[in-house]
Amino acid sequence: MKWILLTLAYCAAIQGMAQDDLMALLDDEPAKKENVYATFKGTRIILGHSVKMRKKKELELLISHRFGRINSGAHELWGLDVANIRIGLEYGVMDNLNIGVGRSSFDKSFDGFIKYKLLQQSTGPGSFPFSVVFFNSWAVRTTPQQEDDPSYDFQDRLSSASQLLIGKKISPALSLQLMPVFVHKNRVSRIDENSQFALGAGGRMKLTKSLALNLEYYYRVDAPERTEFNNSLSVGLDIETGGHVFQLHFTNSTMTLERAFVTETFGDFFEGDIHFGFNISRTFQLGGKKDETSW
Amino acid sequence: MKTLLALLLITLSFAPVLAQQYKAENGYVRFFSEAALEDIAAENKKGSSIFDVSNGNIVFSIPITSFEFEKSLMREHFNEKYMESEKYPKAVFKGNITDFEDREGTQNLQAHGNMTIHGVTRQINTKGKIMKEGDQLRLTSTFIVRLEDYEVKIPKLLWQNIAEEVEVTLDFQYKPLAQ
Repeated sequence: MKWILLTLAYCAAIQGMAQDDLMALLDDEPAKKENVYATFKGTRIILGHSVKMRKKKELELLISHRFGRINSGAHELWGLDVANIRIGLEYGVMDNLNIGVGRSSFDKSFDGFIKYKLLQQSTGPGSFPFSVVFFNSWAVRTTPQQEDDPSYDFQDRLSSASQLLIGKKISPALSLQLMPVFVHKNRVSRIDENSQFALGAGGRMKLTKSLALNLEYYYRVDAPERTEFNNSLSVGLDIETGGHVFQLHFTNSTMTLERAFVTETFGDFFEGDIHFGFNISRTFQLGGKKDETSW
Repeated sequence: MKTLLALLLITLSFAPVLAQQYKAENGYVRFFSEAALEDIAAENKKGSSIFDVSNGNIVFSIPITSFEFEKSLMREHFNEKYMESEKYPKAVFKGNITDFEDREGTQNLQAHGNMTIHGVTRQINTKGKIMKEGDQLRLTSTFIVRLEDYEVKIPKLLWQNIAEEVEVTLDFQYKPLAQ
């Protein structure tokens, strides 16, 4: 009797572990901090920047195109006769530092920007709940030309926009962003202000794996009293295919430049001053180096 | 009778010291797919596994977000669109290696068990090799995974360059698991 018991004990001791027990042993390891990715599909929500950065050595060609006002009538083919375009190139110097240049057709502005990721949303131990990106752009408008209006000197043509982008991916489908922005223009009309502050809010809601609905609004906190401009409101659809992102949208803003859409949006969305537009983004990977970046 | 008892007691007292389980960390996983436009390859060095030599039970766990690609955008699409790694962060295998003998040298072996990728579990059989040298084991295996089997859906929208099948290669180094 005794030795039967002993044999049983012996068998139990050398018996291996079941698969589920092994799995439990494997899963026992402490969770690691992981960065949240793909908060937005594009580097723009619609007009303004999102917290999405180009990774190191990625080059993005971004064409932002806006037609005329839909309510301009049949003679103008509901705005399709008019084209305002910004062509831009953006580059990932580092994963958290992007630079870019662009040129807009509307007032023939040249612009440049830097975009720096200060904080990255992550999960796991020691994680941070949202991403913060600092953005600054500078622009030179070349309209009106010197010979047309000699009172314009170079200083008058400059403007800048400083912005904080605070973004959070709430769920795989829903991402939200807040973006306070300060715009300074060296020369303005009598009823405009040189320095203006605005608060932007935006978000994206994924409809399918490749489609997302986006919304973006910039509220001018201290809009000039006799302003002729409106707040910028845009609604859009992101379509992503491999290295391309197509963004279709309806907006009351004409230009893609921060200075222009934040403080100089002519149209009133609810009066029907809506422009149809699209952004086409193509990303190229320069240099075939492995991505050793962490998320 | 008494000698038998004594033998039992001796083996019993040694049993906990004998290495039963082997563990691999930073295991290497690679996948490769040939497609018309572009070959796609990714590497992962964060795989982990435990192998119980006494009964042949073996488990693998591979974190999906640790796959590294030639292009960083591919990695994002892989995780966000194809593997949905926020929902299904790991690929796991729970199974058994039949006929493993605890001896030095190389053995060609068969494994069978359940593989879970993208939240879908499938029964699979696969071949592999185990090399034992001293107290270290090295396991290698190559097999084919069909995306359809694991409901990894490829969005049919304009340009796509993902193959329907991928070749997966494993290379894991095991050490005795400290008891």
